Amino acid sequence: MMEKNSASSWMRYASPATFYPLAGKLQPWFAGLAALLTIAGLWIGFFVAPTDATQGEGYRIIFVHVPASWMSMVIYCAMAFWAGIGLAFNTRVSSMMASALAPTGALFALLSLLTGSLWGKPMWGTWWVWDARLTSELILFFLYLGFLALQAAIEDPKRADRAGAVLALVGVVNVPIIYFSVKWWNTLHQGATISMTKSPSMAVTMLWGMLLMALAFWMYAIAVALARVRNIILERERHADWVRQAVEAS
Amino acid sequence: MNTLFVALRRDLLLAARRRSEVVTALFFFVVVVSLFPLGIGPEPAMLRRIGPGVLWVAALLATLLGLPRLFASDHADGTLEQMALSPRPFALLVAGKIAAHWLLCGLPLVLLAPLLGLQFNLDAGELQVLMLALLLGTPVLSLIGAIGAALTLGVRGGGTLLALLVLPLYVPTLIFGAGAVEAQSAGLGSSAQLSILGALLALAVFFAPWATTAALRIAIE
Repeated sequence: MMEKNSASSWMRYASPATFYPLAGKLQPWFAGLAALLTIAGLWIGFFVAPTDATQGEGYRIIFVHVPASWMSMVIYCAMAFWAGIGLAFNTRVSSMMASALAPTGALFALLSLLTGSLWGKPMWGTWWVWDARLTSELILFFLYLGFLALQAAIEDPKRADRAGAVLALVGVVNVPIIYFSVKWWNTLHQGATISMTKSPSMAVTMLWGMLLMALAFWMYAIAVALARVRNIILERERHADWVRQAVEAS
Repeated sequence: MNTLFVALRRDLLLAARRRSEVVTALFFFVVVVSLFPLGIGPEPAMLRRIGPGVLWVAALLATLLGLPRLFASDHADGTLEQMALSPRPFALLVAGKIAAHWLLCGLPLVLLAPLLGLQFNLDAGELQVLMLALLLGTPVLSLIGAIGAALTLGVRGGGTLLALLVLPLYVPTLIFGAGAVEAQSAGLGSSAQLSILGALLALAVFFAPWATTAALRIAIE
């Protein structure tokens, strides 16, 4: 009985009318945490972490690059998860959540590519190398673009949600296959390039800086997704009475 | 199984009445492949080096050409809805249509590839591997492409969008397909790449008709 109650109270937030105020309440907390963690992470990254023995000061871009790459992959999985839930249970908020996550994921993928190429210039002497990780990140970016383009091209929001969900699920099955095939391709073609793997003796402070920045990006992603999902709810439910009341009240 | 062959026969018959479409895609493949030596230069060593990759990329693009038509005309005249409503399993009908697409767009590429491979100075062993790799890889292209074709059915700018959706998903097939021929010319043997292509094909045969059916039901609704 208890279990059923807690389950139904949790499911209550699958309705846009109840999720909208909840997202509004949670969003500032995540935004605040994101700001605090970014300040702490960047402070450690710039002032506390020691200069790298082989890479000098240039390595400090790692504090943005690595967390951004992590987030781009995590968000794709989260997006596919919510899209799948939306497809299976027909819960509108889940599909809206997937649409809200996609631009942030694409942004992180782009950020990871840009910082990767900025890092590559001083380290490898070129803006772009066909490194396995950079290449699979590029393909992940294309997958995001495909999802965004498909949803933008379909006018009926319900069909856009469901078509996007099928694409996201197909994509999430393919991401590991693509990753390993690119890795294999890379080892075949450039056996002896400089490895991007960090030296084993990475200072503890570097690790802390990276973890803090990763957490900061998590919080940022959640805050932005919640803000965006609120806008999507308002747009799609604009004919509902509660939306009119909510807009008039604010 | 009978259901699959009904759909396959019907699509082949329709294509036989309009042969030009099939020939156009094939001609596209030949032209694109022949443009590369003109753009890069005729040194035999370099052509041999880039040949497998060029042939594979051209095969991906040629497969893409036929995809928008896979469901479009059936969708336009309502046949697709009747198929979805019919008591026969929709997934098998869809699988039959995909098989027809491969027979019309994929198989001719496989048969034509050795001829074009000669232009790129590939030897007999490499041509054999190229054909085998294409034989295993082009059905994967048709199967994955069908998902994209179903998702973009009736969507504005569907053809371009289809390319954007499907090409990133073609990356593993491209890598292992071209890799098989390269491994052969490096004297390493191509069985590893061909096995992986076979595995990709098995995965695609299992999942793609199902995903395509789901996407088609969304599009028809």
